[in-house]
Amino acid sequence: MAKLDSKVPKGPIAEKWTNYKAHQNLVNPANKRKVDVIVVGTGLVGGAAAASLGELGFNVKVFCIQDSPRRAHSIAAQGGINAAKNYPNDGDSVYRLFYDTVKGGDYRAREANVYRLAEVSNNIIDQCVAQGVPFAREYGGLLDNRSFGGALVSRTFYARGQTGQQLLLGAYSALSKEIKKGSVELFTRREVLDIVKIDGKARGIIVRNLVTGELERHGAHAVLLGTGGYGNVFFLSTNAMTSNGGAAWRAYKRGAYFANPSFVQIHPTCIPVHGAYQSKLTLMSESLRNDGRIWVPKKKEDAQKIQKGELKPTEIAEEDRDYYLERRYPAFGNLVPRDVASRAAKERCDAGHGVGNTGLAVYLDFEDAIKRLGRNVIEARYGNLFQMYEKIVDENPYGTPMMIYPAIHYTMGGTWVDYELQSTIPGLFVGGEANFSDHGANRLGASALMQGLSDGYFVLPYTMQNYLADQITVPHFKTDGTEFEQTEKEVQARIDKLFAVKGDETVDSFHRRLGHIMWDNVGMARNKEGLEKAIKEIQELRKEFWQRVKVPGEKTGMNVELEKALRVADFLEQGELMALDALTRNESSGGHFRLEYQTEEGEALRDDKNFTHVSAWEYMGDDEPAKLHKEPLVYENIEVKQRNYKTA
Amino acid sequence: MDLKLKIWRQQGPGTKGKFVEYPVKNISADASFLEMMDILNEELVAKGEEPVAFDHDCREGICGMCSLYINGNPHGPDSAITTCQLHMRKFKDGETVVIEPWRAKPFPVIKDLMVDRSAFDDIIQAGGYVSINTGGVPDANDIPIKKENADLAMDAASCIGCGACVAACKNASAMLFVSAKVSQFALLPQGKIEAKRRVESMVAVMDDIGFGNCTNTYACEAVCPKEISVTNIARMNREFFVAKVS
Ligand SMILES: Cc1cc2nc3c(=O)[nH]c(=O)nc-3n(C[C@H](O)[C@H](O)[C@H](O)COP(=O)(O)OP(=O)(O)OC[C@H]3O[C@@H](n4cnc5c(N)ncnc54)[C@H](O)[C@@H]3O)c2cc1C
Ligand code: FES
Repeated sequence: MAKLDSKVPKGPIAEKWTNYKAHQNLVNPANKRKVDVIVVGTGLVGGAAAASLGELGFNVKVFCIQDSPRRAHSIAAQGGINAAKNYPNDGDSVYRLFYDTVKGGDYRAREANVYRLAEVSNNIIDQCVAQGVPFAREYGGLLDNRSFGGALVSRTFYARGQTGQQLLLGAYSALSKEIKKGSVELFTRREVLDIVKIDGKARGIIVRNLVTGELERHGAHAVLLGTGGYGNVFFLSTNAMTSNGGAAWRAYKRGAYFANPSFVQIHPTCIPVHGAYQSKLTLMSESLRNDGRIWVPKKKEDAQKIQKGELKPTEIAEEDRDYYLERRYPAFGNLVPRDVASRAAKERCDAGHGVGNTGLAVYLDFEDAIKRLGRNVIEARYGNLFQMYEKIVDENPYGTPMMIYPAIHYTMGGTWVDYELQSTIPGLFVGGEANFSDHGANRLGASALMQGLSDGYFVLPYTMQNYLADQITVPHFKTDGTEFEQTEKEVQARIDKLFAVKGDETVDSFHRRLGHIMWDNVGMARNKEGLEKAIKEIQELRKEFWQRVKVPGEKTGMNVELEKALRVADFLEQGELMALDALTRNESSGGHFRLEYQTEEGEALRDDKNFTHVSAWEYMGDDEPAKLHKEPLVYENIEVKQRNYKTA
Repeated sequence: MDLKLKIWRQQGPGTKGKFVEYPVKNISADASFLEMMDILNEELVAKGEEPVAFDHDCREGICGMCSLYINGNPHGPDSAITTCQLHMRKFKDGETVVIEPWRAKPFPVIKDLMVDRSAFDDIIQAGGYVSINTGGVPDANDIPIKKENADLAMDAASCIGCGACVAACKNASAMLFVSAKVSQFALLPQGKIEAKRRVESMVAVMDDIGFGNCTNTYACEAVCPKEISVTNIARMNREFFVAKVS
């Protein structure tokens, strides 16, 4: 278990990061040019890290799947980014942001990492403003804030409903500056299919050029994965179509432990599923819960009539509406954390109070807000979200309440990393949604953007440098050695094997079937029986995939079906580990809700005695079960309590 | 609904393309346009044919990846949306739908409906940024910015870089795209410092790549999914003029 050293620096929590930086190793400017770094991903973490490492003088190569770094999935984030600026003077502080994040994560995150996140959050806002990110402002010219779930203060900075876009474009602009300068080399439409290890250290990657179909080798002194989350295991999610867990999964199979794979976030406010052909789910930002009120009909008869289209929501009298979040959680009301809000929606729908033609939806109503603030104010705050909703659903949310339902949104689990964000493979760093580090069992809204930019701008440029300091005498890597050759051969064999199947079922069809197994058994409510069933079904589905999948087209040139097949093959393995992790965690915490472990009121019931740890899984071979390692979590600065959002 | 699709198929960048007809049946009016394309592709794959290649990713109108030219319109018949936000309820049963890639010299076809838009990245690399490094910046509230200017900067900054403006323009002009970036920075104190250098080098690269001139037809504004205004072009022209005389 020596491998699971979290390397948390000694000292009081508020001084750890400062101490670390004061004592870490640095690389002198002339030597930086001798060191190569590979950054995979151009989202917030990849874009920000690649730009910052380039500025420092390292030789950076950066890779992404899309045709431009500006299109990474971070672009889709809507609501905002947290920081402990306390500009509204409402009592915020670094400690409070730290506290809220640990509590929101249901006490399953590593204290020191979260504290550092809260500590650098303020630098992020400064940096972005200096880059020309047009955050929302007040008439006085200063920055505006809004509230997000799980907090009693307003600490969320935003750029209309397009915060992720603006932050990503900021990172993209910094990256473009470095590309122009020549310190960063850009490789678009490339997908990393494996990690190359030399003498146990990460020294390169095997990449498929998505346009030519060729495999390429790239070597470096260190590799950073900023490849995002694996929510698409579920087929339907709010993630982009190419979002995938492939690179992190390949790292796992090369020896990087994978932490808390079952910790998945289900977002309460998404547009409900409308048909079998559906390809993705659309998020309606959490910021809407600032002004929208969530309700279902009190009477089942009303709900049934609505489902049949015989009654309209606007026809239901005030006293016949159940504002169930306000009723159950008076202190936080509609702004309870996501896991709590999602489960409450499911509970009401399962009890027969759901609306929409499927009965799997609840209302998010702006009538009161429009009355109180006027339509103009609501339009200024959420105009683009309302428009998005109307285009998809063909209903006008200014006149009738929105319908929403929970959907897979974010993965808290990810590659296990230490305080330096280094995995158990030396030289392999992992940041952003791809690692597990900051959000425990549930992420608070507006904290993923914070983590992405914190990791990318302010953490990795330091910690990677600490690692690289003793690498300056290692010459630039040639990629014709045996390790590169062997790894490339293995990737080629995987591709050949897929073509060789010549089956009769499409990749999407397998993906959809996996998604059903996952959603039904490894989704919002899990139990032993379902998880065991899921593991068996996934194993069978995987076997079937390798006998029946159909991948048309050629190995050379562009082949979208092959790309998807490679990703789904990985999802079919990852899904099983997620179920196994959920099965071994005999408690409920955050997004992980085991039906066997709940309070009388239906709230998540943690087992702190046995489960205050990170579950880190080690790959033992395709036919061997993964091995569980535990990183104990120690809380020295926060009292571990039952989460309570009923009273303040 | 049933539709007849006429889709541009092209094996690769150098090769000749042609329209191929595909019927699709039983498409729900609530399906999105790209879901309709998925259904077609699944049918093609099931028959052992190669699916139609098209770009897409977020499927919610923000990444700027999707790029179809539908019945003569970039992003199709609906207004203020991207192709991925277009829904089949905008089409009639039995209709013929013609689907082409963006057509503009600076955006060569990669395959079928996919084009190479890296020219946009080249333009941004020429100056679409504030030349500061990470760290050492002032507090975010040190420089107040007029709300009106911040809002206008945000309007301009909402460009998703999809290239519909270029595809719509008979001159394949990139003026709306470039001016949106120039305007965002021109409106903010942080961007003012490098204004002259920025506009000159971005315009120079734009011209070099072979984007055409703007002849004020405003086709770009009409098709822009983010409704970026042509007033940005006027602002950029002013910036450019000032840069030249100063
Ligand atoms: C709809 C939506 C709204 C959201 N809203 C918010 C919000 O308001 N606030 C908030 O804090 N968070 C929000 N989130 C979460 C947040 O956006 C993400 O967690 C975060 O942006 C992830 O950033 P990242 O840099 O880790 O990864 P990503 O942005 O996902 O980037 C991944 C990058 O890796 C590349 N990549 C992946 N695999 C490979 C491979 N094998 N080879 C090469 N390249 C690869 C991709 O091309 C991409 O460039 C939202 C998420 C969604 C889906
Ligand atoms: S797919 Fe992202 S904008 Fe259409």
